[in-house]
Amino acid sequence: MTTVLLDEQGLRHDGRKVDELRPVKIEVGVLKNANGSAYIEFGKNKIIAAVYGPKEVHPKHMALPDRAVLRCRYHMSPFSTDTRKNPAPSRREIEISKVIREALEPAVMLYDYPRTAIDVFLEVLQSDGGSRCASIAASSVALADAGINMKDLVCACAAGKVADQVVLDLDDVEDKEGSGDMPLAMMPNFEQVTLFQLDGILSSQQFKQAFSFALDGCKRVYQLQKEALMKKYFGQGEPSMEESE
Amino acid sequence: MSAVKKSLVVEQLRRNQMIELLAQGKRLDGRGLLDYRAIKIETGIIPKASGSAKVTIGDTQVIAGVKVETGTPFPDTPDQGLLIVNAELLPLSSPYAEPGPPDEGTIELARVVDRGIRESQMIDVSQLVIKEGEKVYAVFADVSILNTDGNLFDTTSYAVVAALLSAKYTKYEFVDGKLRPTEVKEALPLRTIPVSVTVAKIGDSIVVDPTDEEEAVMDARLTLTTDSNGNICAGQKGEPGTFSFDQMLNGADTSRMKGQEIRNILREATGFTG
Repeated sequence: MTTVLLDEQGLRHDGRKVDELRPVKIEVGVLKNANGSAYIEFGKNKIIAAVYGPKEVHPKHMALPDRAVLRCRYHMSPFSTDTRKNPAPSRREIEISKVIREALEPAVMLYDYPRTAIDVFLEVLQSDGGSRCASIAASSVALADAGINMKDLVCACAAGKVADQVVLDLDDVEDKEGSGDMPLAMMPNFEQVTLFQLDGILSSQQFKQAFSFALDGCKRVYQLQKEALMKKYFGQGEPSMEESE
Repeated sequence: MSAVKKSLVVEQLRRNQMIELLAQGKRLDGRGLLDYRAIKIETGIIPKASGSAKVTIGDTQVIAGVKVETGTPFPDTPDQGLLIVNAELLPLSSPYAEPGPPDEGTIELARVVDRGIRESQMIDVSQLVIKEGEKVYAVFADVSILNTDGNLFDTTSYAVVAALLSAKYTKYEFVDGKLRPTEVKEALPLRTIPVSVTVAKIGDSIVVDPTDEEEAVMDARLTLTTDSNGNICAGQKGEPGTFSFDQMLNGADTSRMKGQEIRNILREATGFTG
């Protein structure tokens, strides 16, 4: 270990406090051809999300008679990482595509669109720690931008452990040199967890603390998602939209 | 990946029936909500492998084989041996399993099992170095799924853990600059016994060790792995349903409690006491 992950003042290697989020910027409607799209910067992550659909399903036998199929592709650009990433989908990307789809699916009202497909494409242009959480935040905004019926937005944020201290929102360095990462996604108005993963050894107490840190981070990301949507649809400075629930 | 074909009408009827039963604390096969089916573990069934185990949970049957070979370390971890876990859903395991490259469900399975074992630091990979930066031992744990009846995550994980616990590998050394096998056989440097516990959410109920039938109608799945000290070291939620905050935190307690029981079964089957 070369980096000091937590200094004497309790600050992290990039100067953040233990419960501080990296700077997040979300922009809605960035691609003309997509039905909905969003661009997110989450720390050094730069990710674009595009939604196509509801549309006809190809191949046809994949269509479901009573609801839409949600499909998701998380992909990292070859130039998004320190050393070039092979553009072919890795096993990691296949797994992440699956868990992102499963994180979004509870919020999307698929039964409103039988026999159709809704495609969510995620391109990680530059990766930092927590790219799956940032991807989920962007996808859910892009789905809303596409006008697809949703019960709730899905917000996401990770907590983790560095230097035996639970911290919010790990970046790349902390992910690699730290000792635990717990990405979490939820539907804030239903208080339901839609994505959960964990690696790294956490005591019972640390598990609870990390869980509560991550929930708190999710709620902050939710505010930023709403602000980004309001900015596009109501312009800046408009009276704030009431929460849906 | 579930071996039950989902048909809308029957699935829905089955689900309703199950939810009614679960509300009374019962399951279709008569088990309680937090009961595993009988777990049977046999080790050393493939003598050509460095370590092997067959694990049966109900009608789910899995064989894991460990091969320890020599290899080159990753450039960013020159002082660590390698651990690679893989799983394959064989076409003979179910009428719905097809030959061909692994689908996303099988990839998830292998990665979640790998994560549980890796993150628990079960194997002290720093002791698997022959010459730093040049030669290390590479531990391959490969799993063949023989018959599916639900809970592949736990069955696969126990099979890999039991195979690793019972493995003996040949030591290598450099003689005149050449890598040569010695006569010495050793157990792997083991530190803890990771145990994964998988629960399924069906309606509002949480059950452990779901069968194929239960997996076909479940809303969501949660796998949590604990180590011998009761720490949680890996986790994965799967399937499109959701868990409440309480269900997540209770899941951790369930995993710790059931994990302890199953760890004892693994100790008994392998003779490992850590």
